[in-house]
Amino acid sequence: MTELSKSLLYLDGVTVSFDGFRALNNLSLVVGHGEMRAIIGPNGAGKTTMMDVITGKTRPDKGDVLFNGERDLTKLDEAEIAELGIGRKFQRPTVFESHSVLDNIVLALEGPRGVFSSLFARLTGRECDRIDEVLATIRLSDRRDELAGSLSHGQKQWLEIGMLLAQDPALLLVDEPAAGMTDAETAETAALLRRIAETHSVVVVEHDMTFVRDLGVRVTVLHEGSVLAEGSLDQVSADERVIEVYLGR
Amino acid sequence: MPLGLSRIGVAFLLSLAVAAVLVPVLNLTVASDSTWHVSTTNVVLFGKYLCYALLALSIDLVWGYCGILSLGHGAFFALGGYAMGMHLMREIGSRGVYGNPVLPDFMVFLNWKELPWYWYGFDQFWFAALMVVLAPGALAFVFGMFAFRSRVTGVYLSIITQAMTFALLLAFFRNDMGFGGNNGLTDFKGVLGFDLQNNATRCGLFALSAIALAGGFLACRAIVSSKLGKVLVAVRDAESRTRFIGYRVEHYKLFVFTVSAMMAGVAGALYVPQVGIINPGEFAPANSIEAVIWVAVGGRGTLVGAALGALVVNVGKSWFTGALPELWLFALGGLFIFVTLFLPKGLLGLVRSRRVASAAPVEAPGEPVTVIDRQAAE
Repeated sequence: MTELSKSLLYLDGVTVSFDGFRALNNLSLVVGHGEMRAIIGPNGAGKTTMMDVITGKTRPDKGDVLFNGERDLTKLDEAEIAELGIGRKFQRPTVFESHSVLDNIVLALEGPRGVFSSLFARLTGRECDRIDEVLATIRLSDRRDELAGSLSHGQKQWLEIGMLLAQDPALLLVDEPAAGMTDAETAETAALLRRIAETHSVVVVEHDMTFVRDLGVRVTVLHEGSVLAEGSLDQVSADERVIEVYLGR
Repeated sequence: MPLGLSRIGVAFLLSLAVAAVLVPVLNLTVASDSTWHVSTTNVVLFGKYLCYALLALSIDLVWGYCGILSLGHGAFFALGGYAMGMHLMREIGSRGVYGNPVLPDFMVFLNWKELPWYWYGFDQFWFAALMVVLAPGALAFVFGMFAFRSRVTGVYLSIITQAMTFALLLAFFRNDMGFGGNNGLTDFKGVLGFDLQNNATRCGLFALSAIALAGGFLACRAIVSSKLGKVLVAVRDAESRTRFIGYRVEHYKLFVFTVSAMMAGVAGALYVPQVGIINPGEFAPANSIEAVIWVAVGGRGTLVGAALGALVVNVGKSWFTGALPELWLFALGGLFIFVTLFLPKGLLGLVRSRRVASAAPVEAPGEPVTVIDRQAAE
């Protein structure tokens, strides 16, 4: 139980099947407070399904998913889980394209989410400062009034990370943040995530090995819906089974 | 500007104000042989169009801003119309053919002895006025609660809204529903003591319709320029993303759907005393679809465009059904296809992109969407 009470995110024996196919098979994973974890694994290993289970998009057939050692995430819907403090960045960048960069951040900004509070919402000075800070972090300050749809692919990825920052969740789930980025952008993104990890817990799903090396964190390897290996990147890279299913292809 | 009113929005409100004053003046004070005279027929006709424009506005609020394509808004319009019609029936009193002070003529004809309980209170104008917004609002709330909680979206939602209005059509056709069956409610005499056949009353209703349209426009503007409006657009463009940042999408949809239904109800209530009849035909699924076409023609997600679309298409319809009546539906269908293919932002999108292009020739025009939203943000 000590592991459970120390953990921020606790998955135990989680199984999800789609039409007989086991996307997750008895998956167990613990992420501690303030930890950054990288999840790697070949296509179909269950990385995205795992994110779906944590954020309430998919209900597991079996198993426990606990947040902060107490809240059962399998009983909550997407909005409740988001309010609890879990933010998610999608694999394909999804920003609100017909809103300005600024409005994207405003919408994500931590605060009341009710219908009537939105109808009468006015930005406070502190909120404006927070928005400026986020925009500076993701280097989009000078493009704040442009439409999010007009940003480049890499900038959209960053805007989505900025939206996560504005949401200020306790746990960030980041799905392939470096997909489609240039090498320089990839390195910058890794640096940005490391900075975010100083104050947040982060789970990153990634294919790009250079990127995972840049992050320099504990790695969990998924295969066929369960954990194959866990440890530093060097440790798991040396693991026979990991080489067989993934690295040594 | 307050409420984020664009210059087009201000021009729209000004023209409504001018019309609300000028049209009655030109009808009542100018001699009927003068070229400046506005005939009573036209006052009534355009008063009707203003009600349609308010209906179009309510559709644009849910479709243009939240992506809910309702093909059943005619039902809310008709319900508002019936609520007003019930009051007008009660106001006839003993002036009816059968002279019964309580029962409307059709009930006497059907040999009913007592007023059904749901007709109670409609002799009071304030009660009827309340029902004009509450009845459509309650239907939209209950319907929306089930539909949005079950996450029915897209074309499936459109289909069940059609089913809803069709079911109401069949129900209101029945004589034992107590709403006049096939013939509906008609033979109205007056409203609040004013004679409905009187030109001054007709001008008053015209002006009221213009004021209601302006009020509806301002209300929509306030909604879409608030943070709530931004959430609506977010839902329209990326619904699941909106959920993952913590918004209860179904609550937002329910709110805007209910508000929109109430607006449609007001439009119906103003429509009925001007045309002098409300019958189940108003629930016809084709009516709701036609209203959606007005919005598409004028420009979806622009508010002003929706209202203009209703006016333009209906003026066209009046002319067309006079000149080539059998071709009107083909023309309407053709118009819809043309607008969808060539004017995705409707007539207003055309006006706005031309204005932007002439104002800033250096700037790359980009997608039409871009141009319009940047305008709206100003």
